[in-house]
Amino acid sequence: MSARALVPLVPIEQLQRQRTRDRSELRAVWNLLDSVKDPEIPVLSIWDLGILRDVRREGERITVVITPTYSGCPAMDTITTDIGRVLAAAGYTHITVRSQLAPTWSTAWLSEEGREKLRNYGIAAPGNCGDSGAAQLVVCPQCHSAQVERISEFGSTTCKALYKCRECLEPFDYFKPL
Amino acid sequence: MPTETDNDALLQYAVRLGDDALMLGHRLSEWCSRAPFLEEDLAITNVALDYLGRARMFYSYAAQREGKGRSEDDFAYLRDCRDYQNFLINELPRGDFAYTMARQFLVDAFNIELLAAITQSTDETLAAIAEKSYKESKYHLRRSSNWMLRLGNGTEESHARLQHALQELWPYTHELFEMDALEQRLAAAGIAADLAALKPAWENRLKPLLAEATIACPVGQQAVRGGRQGLHTEHLGHMLSELQFLQRAYPGLQW
Repeated sequence: MSARALVPLVPIEQLQRQRTRDRSELRAVWNLLDSVKDPEIPVLSIWDLGILRDVRREGERITVVITPTYSGCPAMDTITTDIGRVLAAAGYTHITVRSQLAPTWSTAWLSEEGREKLRNYGIAAPGNCGDSGAAQLVVCPQCHSAQVERISEFGSTTCKALYKCRECLEPFDYFKPL
Repeated sequence: MPTETDNDALLQYAVRLGDDALMLGHRLSEWCSRAPFLEEDLAITNVALDYLGRARMFYSYAAQREGKGRSEDDFAYLRDCRDYQNFLINELPRGDFAYTMARQFLVDAFNIELLAAITQSTDETLAAIAEKSYKESKYHLRRSSNWMLRLGNGTEESHARLQHALQELWPYTHELFEMDALEQRLAAAGIAADLAALKPAWENRLKPLLAEATIACPVGQQAVRGGRQGLHTEHLGHMLSELQFLQRAYPGLQW
C-alpha cells in the first residue's frame, strides 16, 4: 500500500487556484464559466484545464483572466468568444477577457476531476507534477495497460502525443506533461 | 521608467525574436499535407503552430511597447523585406525532409539555450514568453534529435542527404552567436541573452548527437550573415509574397 492512496496530494498550483475561487466574491461568475468548454476536448471546462485564472470586477466591468496552454493554441480565440457569450447571456454587459502569461501554465494545473474526465473521454492523462523531467507512466485509457508505445511526439493537437497500446492495440492520444 | 532609446531597443529586440519565429513557423507550415506520413504531417504542423504563437506573443509585445496602435498582424503582414531582422537560417527554403530536420535540430538546440537565457531577463514579459516557449522547445528538440538519429543511421540515401543538409546549413549557424551594438547594450542591461555565451552549450548538445547519428560535424568557418541588419537571402521576398498575399490583395481582410 502506498502513501499516495491514503493522502491525496494536491499540487500547490491547484490549491492556490481553488483558494482564489473559494475566496472570490464573484462565485456566480466562476460557476457560469464552468459551462465554457475546451472546443477540442469538450468534456473539459476551462476551469478543469486550469486556464481560467481569475475573475475580477471593477464597477460594471467583469474581467476574466485566462492563460494559454500552448503559445499557438488556436482554441484560445474560441474560448474568449465563448466566455463573452456565456456572460452576456447571463446579463453581464461589460466584459473583458485578458490573457496572462506568467506564471506559465503547466499540466500541474489540470484538476484531478479534469484528469478523470480526460481518461473517461479516451485520452491518457498526464501526472499531476507538470513536466519535471522524470519519466511518466502512460496508461492506455481503454484497457489500462502500461504496455504502450509512442507513435509520435505530437498528436491531433499541440497538447497531445500519439500512442498505441500493445495489449488492446488501440491507438490513443496522450495529454503531454508540460 | 525606461528612456525612449531603451524602449526602442527593447521593441526592436522583441520584433527580432518574433521574426525568427514567424519565418521558421511559416517554413514548417509549408509541409502541411506534404510530410512523409500522416503522423509526421501532424507533428510538423503542430511545431509550426507553436512558432506562429511565439511570433504572435513577441509581436504583440512589440506593438504594445511601440504604443502607436499597430497590432501583431501589422508586424507580420505589412512590412517589407528589409524591415525583417530574423537570423537567415530561419528563412531558407524548406528543402527536402532531411534538410528541414537538420535545420530544425540546429535551431531547436540553439533555441533551448536562448530561451533559457531569456527566462532570466529583467524584462518580465520577455521572460514570461521565453518560459512558455522553452517548455515547447524541449519537445521540439526531442523530436528533431530523434529524426537526426533515424536519418543518420537509416539508409545510405538518408545518411547522404542529412550530411549534405548539414553542410549546406552550417555557414548560417555562425550569426546565431553574434550580437550587434543594440543587442550588446540590451544584454549588458540584463534584458537580452548574451548570444556568444550560448555557443559552448549549443556545441555540447550538437556534437554527441551528431556522432551518434554518424554524421560528421562541419568545421568550415565560412559564414553568411546579415539577418539582424535586414540583409536577407533572395528567398525572403518570395516567401513574403505568399505569406502576405491575402493582406496585400485584400487589406484589412478578416477571417
